[in-house]
Amino acid sequence: MDFISILSIFVLACFVGYYVVWSVTPALHTPLMSVTNAISSVIIVGALIAAAAGGAADAEAAKWLGLAGVVLASVNIFGGFAVTERMLAMYKKKERK
Amino acid sequence: MTTLLRNAAGSVGALALLAIATPAHAATVGGDVPAWVALAYLAAGVLFILALRGLSSPESSRAGNRFGMIGMVIAVATTLVTHEVAGLVEILIAIAIGGSIGFVVARRIAMTAMPQLVAGFHSLVGMAAVLVAAAAYLNPGAFGIADAAGILLPITRVEMGLGAAIGAITFSGSVIAFAKLNGNMSGAPILLPARHVINLGTLAAILGLIVYFYFVGSPRVDTPWLFWTITILAFAVGFLLIIPIGGADMPVVVSMLNSYSGWAAAAMGFTLGNTAMIITGALVGSSGAILSYIMCRAMNRKFLSVIAGGFGADGGGGGDKGERIERPWKAGSADDAAFLMKQAEKIIIIPGYGMAVAQAQHVLREMADLLKEEGVSVKYAIHPVAGRMPGHMNVLLAEANVPYDEVFELEDINSEFSQADVAFIIGANDVVNPAAKTDSSSPIYGMPVFDVDKAKTVFFIKRSMGGVGYAGVDNEVFYNDNTMMLLSDAKKMVEEINKSLG
Repeated sequence: MDFISILSIFVLACFVGYYVVWSVTPALHTPLMSVTNAISSVIIVGALIAAAAGGAADAEAAKWLGLAGVVLASVNIFGGFAVTERMLAMYKKKERK
Repeated sequence: MTTLLRNAAGSVGALALLAIATPAHAATVGGDVPAWVALAYLAAGVLFILALRGLSSPESSRAGNRFGMIGMVIAVATTLVTHEVAGLVEILIAIAIGGSIGFVVARRIAMTAMPQLVAGFHSLVGMAAVLVAAAAYLNPGAFGIADAAGILLPITRVEMGLGAAIGAITFSGSVIAFAKLNGNMSGAPILLPARHVINLGTLAAILGLIVYFYFVGSPRVDTPWLFWTITILAFAVGFLLIIPIGGADMPVVVSMLNSYSGWAAAAMGFTLGNTAMIITGALVGSSGAILSYIMCRAMNRKFLSVIAGGFGADGGGGGDKGERIERPWKAGSADDAAFLMKQAEKIIIIPGYGMAVAQAQHVLREMADLLKEEGVSVKYAIHPVAGRMPGHMNVLLAEANVPYDEVFELEDINSEFSQADVAFIIGANDVVNPAAKTDSSSPIYGMPVFDVDKAKTVFFIKRSMGGVGYAGVDNEVFYNDNTMMLLSDAKKMVEEINKSLG
């Protein structure tokens, strides 16, 4: 993709983020942080590409860096979604008698 | 609200059009990407938007979280399917190792330790960004960002440099934030002489080197030190930026690092031309920025002065030392409190971080249950900066089974204090200090606070009369005629009240 298209997507996504985040209820700001944490680990895509390639010398080094990246991002993905799920499960409504 | 929805929907639509239209006519980076691959990453990005969108109410939030998980699975699966994978086993082992660590930590962590956990997670995203940038630098061919001669394309050097720099800042900054929140390091600001000059100088050097990186003929041959120097300088800046910031400002710092981790992911998304990464990075970046803004507003602090650091440098309370005189105040007992609250019609509870430290949230909820059986209306009032991160107090109350529809935000409940019989303050202080409204010389002047003095009776649970809040200022409310100080450990006091009520 050319730079301008990528930039357009980026700028529009910033606006989407702005509106979506303002509509998040303040009571859920902590889960918001943990879930944004989990999704920002989509950076694992880059780590996977490096880890998948491999080859000689530098590519081999890149592969190991990629694998390390996969480990770190996986901690975040599993940890982030799991802790968010755990928190959200605690939010309950009043029981009407 | 509806316009809000329409705005969001419209932008998503525009994004979709762009992403679909683009691969057809232009593919300079990464070669030709099949349309379905671009669509799969786009779908992941949209699912991430829905994940955040779900958080607009507790009812839709869990569905939102599931959307996020599905988005992640799509992104990972698409990547693995579309690349020649030399060692799938190694990758799966890496995912299993990281995944099980993350999962166990998420299961075990105490809710009071949430801020540390989030700071720790941020550091991992930052480090992952650095690792990806370094891998792309070493093996640009795999990422499709090299020209025919195998030299890095200039524009991707800028993106990669920014990604590595922001990632490194996020990493070292988050490590310091984690250490401060976790108590491995004192929360007191560490002020280096000439720190502003050092920080700005280093940031300028990083930007200058990134520009130089763009113009070098062949970076790997001509300037093999350049990329690594940028990264190391950025690690140093992250460290230097956070050490002067005091413990009280950590909520802003954690939000800010949240934002940085997003921008790092976005920068790497530019390098890879990956829509899922760019959309996510932008979402997370704006989310953290908005949260920092909300936190600053709730403390009436300028973002720049938080970043400049130094707040809470000495516990002395500014220039008012020695001015504090012994003044008469009324002490109350658990029985007094129980008796008066039983008679009340409406009680508003203001919990602060002191409650969480004393682990009093469960007994507090029991107290509210006992009072509700007596026909008393009980509401909780939460200040945006209660706790150690945005929304932290809400999570702690939810964990203690307090229904979320009994919990109210500052602006929604503040007008109700004049009709309340009892304001019950537990572990909070600065957020109920009227000096924020009246005393322009006070360090917390201008911060929005609860009008507890308007309630008929105020119960103030506090360990002793000596201690003061973060801001180190005395509180008029202690000495009011209608205030009763309940001096004790928060948990013990509420337990005694419960005995008396039951």
